[in-house]
Amino acid sequence: MNKVINKKSSDKPVKISVRNLNFFYGNHQALFDNNMDIYENQVTAVIGPSGCGKSTHLRTYNRIFELYREQRATGEIHIDGKNILDPGEDLLELRRKVGMIFQKPTPFPMSVFDNVSYCIKLHYKLKKSELADRVEKALRQAAIWDEVKDILRKPGMSLSGGQQQRLCIARAIAVEPEILLMDEPTSAIDPVGTRKIESLVEELKDDFTIVIVTHNMQQAARVSDRTAFFFEGNIIEYDDTEVIFTRPNCKQTEDYITGRFG
Amino acid sequence: MRKRSIAPRKIIDRIIQLISFMIALFSIGILIWILTVIVVNGITALNWELLVNPTAPYGIPDGGLANAIVGTVIITTGAVILGVPFGILGGIYLAEFGGSTRFGKLIRFSANVMMGIPSIIVGLFAYTLIVLPSGHFSGFAGSVALAIIMLPVVLRTTEDVLGMVPNALREAGLSMGMPRWKVTFTVIFKSAKRGLITGVLLAIARVSGETAPLLFTALWSDGWPTSFFTQPTANMTVTINEYATNSPFDVMHARAWSGALLITVAVLALNIICKIFFREKRV
Repeated sequence: MNKVINKKSSDKPVKISVRNLNFFYGNHQALFDNNMDIYENQVTAVIGPSGCGKSTHLRTYNRIFELYREQRATGEIHIDGKNILDPGEDLLELRRKVGMIFQKPTPFPMSVFDNVSYCIKLHYKLKKSELADRVEKALRQAAIWDEVKDILRKPGMSLSGGQQQRLCIARAIAVEPEILLMDEPTSAIDPVGTRKIESLVEELKDDFTIVIVTHNMQQAARVSDRTAFFFEGNIIEYDDTEVIFTRPNCKQTEDYITGRFG
Repeated sequence: MRKRSIAPRKIIDRIIQLISFMIALFSIGILIWILTVIVVNGITALNWELLVNPTAPYGIPDGGLANAIVGTVIITTGAVILGVPFGILGGIYLAEFGGSTRFGKLIRFSANVMMGIPSIIVGLFAYTLIVLPSGHFSGFAGSVALAIIMLPVVLRTTEDVLGMVPNALREAGLSMGMPRWKVTFTVIFKSAKRGLITGVLLAIARVSGETAPLLFTALWSDGWPTSFFTQPTANMTVTINEYATNSPFDVMHARAWSGALLITVAVLALNIICKIFFREKRV
């Protein structure tokens, strides 16, 4: 149906390649033949009005939707050339490689330290001292170390919303993924926390490929290199962020970013 | 259009408020009444001897309830050991895995039916299942009967408590590459811990007053509980029943009242512990 509108492709290698992705909630189809190439070490923003399928699309990359019996995806998603929708794909390894940050911060009911260390221990065998180093490194990378270094034993839930979200980012990057999926990561966070997370995203793209879903267009413009505009389950336009926000090719995209609907 | 006067609506509102308040007061009043009667009657015979001496037939001095207290604790502990693991695992199945399948629905329905089964029937069931084949009453048979009563209670509260844990937490666990069972036993259990404990405590409170199932299984005894699997085992509720209904002696009646007081205090304490558990969670 809709082809990737992909005029100016990046010089970076392709990390994720989505082909003919369709998605169903029971009998209701939510995504229609999505095609999209996501480049390594770039921030790719996914924008569109509520219910356009942008979160649904993101949630196929780590197959987290499979928690729900009635949800189903068809098509192909190649990560480093391998189709991860293949039934034989090892989900535990896939999800180590593809981390996810959710709309609401979801620290586990454990201490700040354990939130990170538990996740590391899931995937790596480490000595105690190495583990502590890894935890510190992850917390530093997530720009939260200075705020929590004295309260590592306190419950993760006792942090502020913005701190909780950065703790979740620390947890996600601690297992050394290659891709970070962010599903409206700042929509439940205050402006100060949002600014911190946004600048964090810019720093993290040197190490990770980041896909961020947002309904905040300014955010997409600020943090992303490329932007995909979704509408009613279709990818309407996908191009460099600068192009999308200054001279979009589709009327619909222009209408959306100028605030005429959505 | 003429505006409707607001006065009658206000009056009706007041009247309904008053009626519901009175009815609420009435229900609390009954509880207070029961408690008062038990305390007033139970306190007179309550003394140290009662707590340290075993039960004794009329005429033998220094009779107490100590063996029945110990027996009840043993039987209830046995019921917890037998019933709680099944209840919790079943609840996990319903909440985390097969709750929406046909089999899951069947289990939920069965649990609901089980909760409505009169406890005397559970007693008879345990009687035919254990007492008849083994040839003797035993504390173990009592524990089995109580465990059967606890099972659906624990199962349903576990399901409810786990169901209250937001799916976001499950997704977060899975997204970190945890297998489903690890998500359940670490992340979900940790955040539902207090609710699970409360469910178990309430199930204990629920069975600690049961008499009928023990009548057919543990029976009662004037001795100390010595053999859990082969001997009738003294317990509070059957002892109270015996003393209150089958004895013509006032001393025994007074002892029954004291026993009733002890059970009531224990159940009340359990309920209060549950409340405290839940309150700490909020901090």
